[in-house]
Amino acid sequence: MKYIEEFGRKADILKLADKIKKLNVKASLMEVCGTHTMAIFRFGLKDLLPKGIELISGPGCPVCVTSQEDIDKMIAISRKKSVIITTFGDMMKVPGTSSSLSKEKANGADIRIVYSPLDSLDIAKGNPDMSVVFMGVGFETTAPTIAGTIIKAKRDKIKNFYVLVSHKTIPPAMEALLSLGEIRVDGFICPGHVSAIIGSSAYENVARRFKVPCVVTGFEPVDILEAIYMLLRQKQKKEYKVENQYKRAVSKEGNIAAKNVLNEVFEPSDAVWRGIGTIPGSGLKLRGEYSRFDAEKKFALKVRPARSNRNCMCGKILRGVSKPTDCRLFAKVCTPNKPLGPCMVSSEGTCAAYYKYRRN
Amino acid sequence: MCLALPEKIIKIKGDTAVVRTGTLEHDINISFLPGSKTGDYVLVHAGFAIQKIDEEEAKRTLKLVEELQ
Repeated sequence: MKYIEEFGRKADILKLADKIKKLNVKASLMEVCGTHTMAIFRFGLKDLLPKGIELISGPGCPVCVTSQEDIDKMIAISRKKSVIITTFGDMMKVPGTSSSLSKEKANGADIRIVYSPLDSLDIAKGNPDMSVVFMGVGFETTAPTIAGTIIKAKRDKIKNFYVLVSHKTIPPAMEALLSLGEIRVDGFICPGHVSAIIGSSAYENVARRFKVPCVVTGFEPVDILEAIYMLLRQKQKKEYKVENQYKRAVSKEGNIAAKNVLNEVFEPSDAVWRGIGTIPGSGLKLRGEYSRFDAEKKFALKVRPARSNRNCMCGKILRGVSKPTDCRLFAKVCTPNKPLGPCMVSSEGTCAAYYKYRRN
Repeated sequence: MCLALPEKIIKIKGDTAVVRTGTLEHDINISFLPGSKTGDYVLVHAGFAIQKIDEEEAKRTLKLVEELQ
């Protein structure tokens, strides 16, 4: 078994689509995760669903929800002398107030795309006279890999490695969205790989407090359709519990070793989400004993208040209130080649998905 | 960004494992999965194995879909 093709068989897909249709339940379901958004578009799953079932994209693209201030801080660091920036490729084109990492690289800044945060440590070892700063962006899937890298840097006594921490956590954002009350959510399609770390039990509070069904699922067509079917069944039975469709990769308690590493290095903090604002307890900050890796402290950063394009609707799109096609910039002046907002920059942004796969 | 792909462990040395995807082999960190074995399929994200894939659960999920009436 390779765990990909087996979950994309046509017969299973059509059977699930038929079962969903026969349930005859209307619902607005939110897929929280950007990787789910892309999978839903790539496999054309919306076209298999009957009218009355709406899939709303949520705030689950880490690049998209990184605050503009944090992007401006990254740009400010990249302009310092004797600095090498390391980052995941997704961050390169995200527009700050007046520039992007991509533009800074073109202007001569030393910015390197890495596959793993661990690659930054090799770069730091090879460049002892430079400060190597990793852009710490990502949810619970990614944050433990940065925590593991920081622990290794401490163990290997690497003195020229820093992280600009901009990590965010998913369950507080789901609660914040529901508390805003702007949209109706009849069920959450919960992120599979965030849950591989935090476990399916992490959504129990959301399900109970807001009486919203939650189903954790994988990223193949059968996974997503079965999750939709499970959510609709819950709605039909007036239930609101956490179910796990992705048992092959997600347990109730998650990956305890990864959670321990995460908690060893980071503690919860408030965080600013682009388009949503400050969500209490939805971010991570370095614990005291790891504060020497904090790029923000090292560079004593001060950036001006951020300014964004007034017509950009990424904020409303990230809250699920508007669709990309509601934005007057979409596909006209804002395109993947020349993105104005973060939802068009990231390959997993809702605007990028709409642009690539459908325009209505 | 939370993409993680199933890859097969073919060699282990301490905290590092060699995985194979198609014809490509590369190193990953397996410190989050103590007890990993050669032959295990693991989900790899940003150079780290974040979870072992449970073959029995995968079969069970497929069987449940098959049995849907």
